Amino acid sequence: MAVARLKALPPPGAGSGTGARAKLALLELLLAEQDARGCAALALAWLSRHAGVERSLCAVVEDGTHLVGLAGHGLSSSVVESFRLDLSHRSHPLVLALVSGEPVAFAGRGAQVFESPLATDAFQAVPLSRGEAGETGPGLLLVAGPGEGPSEEEVIWAAGLLGVRLAALGYRRAQAEERRHQRERGWLLGIINAVSDPILLTDADGRILIANPGAERLLSADEKMSEGRRRAVALNNMLFSASLFPATEEGVPTPKELLLVDPIEGQDLLFEVMSTRVKVRRGETGTVSVLRNVSDLRRASEEIEENYRRLRAAEAQTRAERDRLDLILNSALDPILVTDAEGKLVLMNPPAERMFTIGGSRSSRAERWVRTNDAVFTSFVSNLYTGPSMRWRGELTLVDPQSGAGVPFEAISGKVLSRQGEDTWTVTILHDLTETVEKSRLYEQVKRHSEELREKVEEATAELAEQNELLRRQAFELEQASALKSQFLANVSHELRTPLNAILGYTQLMIEGVSGELNQNQEDKLARVDANARHLLSVINDLLDIARIESGKMPIQLEPVRLPELIDEVMTEVEPLIARTSLEVRRDLPGGVPDMRSDRKKVKQILLNLLSNALKFTPRGSVAIRVGFDDRHVWTAVTDTGIGISEENQKRIFEEFAQADSSYARRAGGTGLGLSICRRLASILGGEITLVSQQGIGSTFTLLLPLEVAPS
Amino acid sequence: MSGAEAPRSRRAPEEPALVLVVDDVADGREICAEYLLFRKYRVATAADGREALGKAFDLVPDVILMDLSLPEIDGWEATRRLKGDERTRHIPIIALTAHALRSAHDEALAAGCDAVVTKPVMPRDLETEVRRLLTDLVAPHPRDPETPTPTT
Repeated sequence: MAVARLKALPPPGAGSGTGARAKLALLELLLAEQDARGCAALALAWLSRHAGVERSLCAVVEDGTHLVGLAGHGLSSSVVESFRLDLSHRSHPLVLALVSGEPVAFAGRGAQVFESPLATDAFQAVPLSRGEAGETGPGLLLVAGPGEGPSEEEVIWAAGLLGVRLAALGYRRAQAEERRHQRERGWLLGIINAVSDPILLTDADGRILIANPGAERLLSADEKMSEGRRRAVALNNMLFSASLFPATEEGVPTPKELLLVDPIEGQDLLFEVMSTRVKVRRGETGTVSVLRNVSDLRRASEEIEENYRRLRAAEAQTRAERDRLDLILNSALDPILVTDAEGKLVLMNPPAERMFTIGGSRSSRAERWVRTNDAVFTSFVSNLYTGPSMRWRGELTLVDPQSGAGVPFEAISGKVLSRQGEDTWTVTILHDLTETVEKSRLYEQVKRHSEELREKVEEATAELAEQNELLRRQAFELEQASALKSQFLANVSHELRTPLNAILGYTQLMIEGVSGELNQNQEDKLARVDANARHLLSVINDLLDIARIESGKMPIQLEPVRLPELIDEVMTEVEPLIARTSLEVRRDLPGGVPDMRSDRKKVKQILLNLLSNALKFTPRGSVAIRVGFDDRHVWTAVTDTGIGISEENQKRIFEEFAQADSSYARRAGGTGLGLSICRRLASILGGEITLVSQQGIGSTFTLLLPLEVAPS
Repeated sequence: MSGAEAPRSRRAPEEPALVLVVDDVADGREICAEYLLFRKYRVATAADGREALGKAFDLVPDVILMDLSLPEIDGWEATRRLKGDERTRHIPIIALTAHALRSAHDEALAAGCDAVVTKPVMPRDLETEVRRLLTDLVAPHPRDPETPTPTT
């Protein structure tokens, strides 16, 4: 277009007034000048020299809205710069002139309408190019000359040339600007894209206007992506939008944390989002968001925190260990001292302080003792420095500065080496031997005492054993004697029975008439023989019973015993005895007498004895048998109205061969062993026999037996 | 005691029973023998265990009265041998003893005696016991081993 216009330029020298050479010079000057303002100044200067123009102004259309001053000649620069005409004033003569494309001459009349920038009402307005109808030209040339005015032909030619030139320059500038814009935009995008952090610009509705690859990776999806990735992108968009809206409010932008998903790798990414509000277009705002990936940062900071925690824990542990060590050191009862390589004391625990410091007592004596202790200790430790050994053990005696008493110690020193193997410290532990010494002394004493005691015990034991042996022998002898006695009695019994058997046997043969008929006298005498032999047998049997009871060989056979039944039996057996007397014999048995568990034969023997005694020793009157019981015992009382027994004889009567009245006994018969045996038997059965008697009135013998014989 | 039928078949029903009296004491033998003969029994006697065994195997008596304290072979041993022999196992044996101790009585029963009688014993009581065993072999009467003694 510009080229076309240039071709349409009037050929140089075509003008009539000015010489062709001058026009050609202007053409060359304008072509050489690239600046619009410079071109305008050249054209105005040319007009003042070649076309009689005194003052002139070149104005151009800017932004299609205004006509502004570009260059002036014969005018102050402020006039040029301040010239500004709004094109929307369509009725303005100059706007009309610009739009018409035709030169307009103002000769003083228009002075009332607008103020001329040329400071004169007589001037010409020539459009810079002959634009087509309705099209606004590039500008307007205002010229005013002295006298009759400038040469119109020269002015129109120059205006045409300048218009074409300015139009050409304007096109190029637009192009250059476009290129520059594009270059700058490229740089900007390059910069944005080069940043690995996602950066985006969003409009007020949150729609993305610009996004760099980092942001696109997170927030853009296309058809080729897998379903999963698309969903991740959708989720990211949702999260991002949600984080964005509060931030678009007014206020200082603050970084916010945003957790997104990498749609490609699938891992969680933590971002710090910084959103800033910016103007996008006229009246529209947008938001620039910069996302900084802090996932690694977070991990790193967590690691640092963890390390710090570990460090703290280790420190705490070290401190605890040191405290523990201090505690151990301070609670140890033995003095512990640490000396450095030069032998200087660097540390000691309280027990050591007691020996090596004067403490509370500021006496000179205490000080002297401490110095002595120091010397003793130093000399002991020096053993370790002169020798190659790592340990030194020995005994030393220190003085307690408080009491002045000597204290024996066992001391052990050990070298502590640094990692480089140099001597650093020496640790010495002192062990108080006082107690040990005392203990060993006490131990010796105890040992001596216990030795003495042991000897005494041994002596006593030996004596005891001797006596035991003696007793054992005696017991054995007694036992043997007892056995011999029993055996003797058994033998005696046997030897007595054998001849007695013959006496009784032959007597009976004769009484029965086996050896022929006997007369009455002979028969009576034989009856006496028989009676005496039987009595002798009773005595032998009773003696044997006593022997058996005494040797504990009397067997007991327990069985249920029905007392009323037993009494009936006894009564039957003594019937012959009763028949010989005129006594009244009564039985008084209550109902419900419980069964006993006892030795039936022995109970019968006792009752038989008691009843026959009563019958024998009662010349007249009565004999009564009464029975009573409670829940544990049964008793049988045999009461007679006989001779009675004196108080002094009541004890004697249960002894062997004791009868209250010997003469009477002989008359009544009996061995004198019966009651003795009865009392012993009653005792064996867990019971007893009691006696109540009054001489001349009668006696009551009572047998008390338990319902159950207690196991012996 | 089915074996008890055998001896009865050996003697005729009208023939009196044969009693072997064993006692080392002559008085004892004589009293028993005289009384049993008086009561129409047939009687054989032996003075010691060996003789008793010989006569028992020879004569196979209907009842044996066995004193326990005997020379050569005592009554317990003799009883054991008789009760251990097919030929004499069935013969009832009444032990006679002057030992009043319980142990003697128990040992006699253990040796195989059918009854024990403690001396002194009345001839009449002895005959009663013999008669009892001859007629009542199946269930020996549970008799008191000790002789009932008169009370003082």
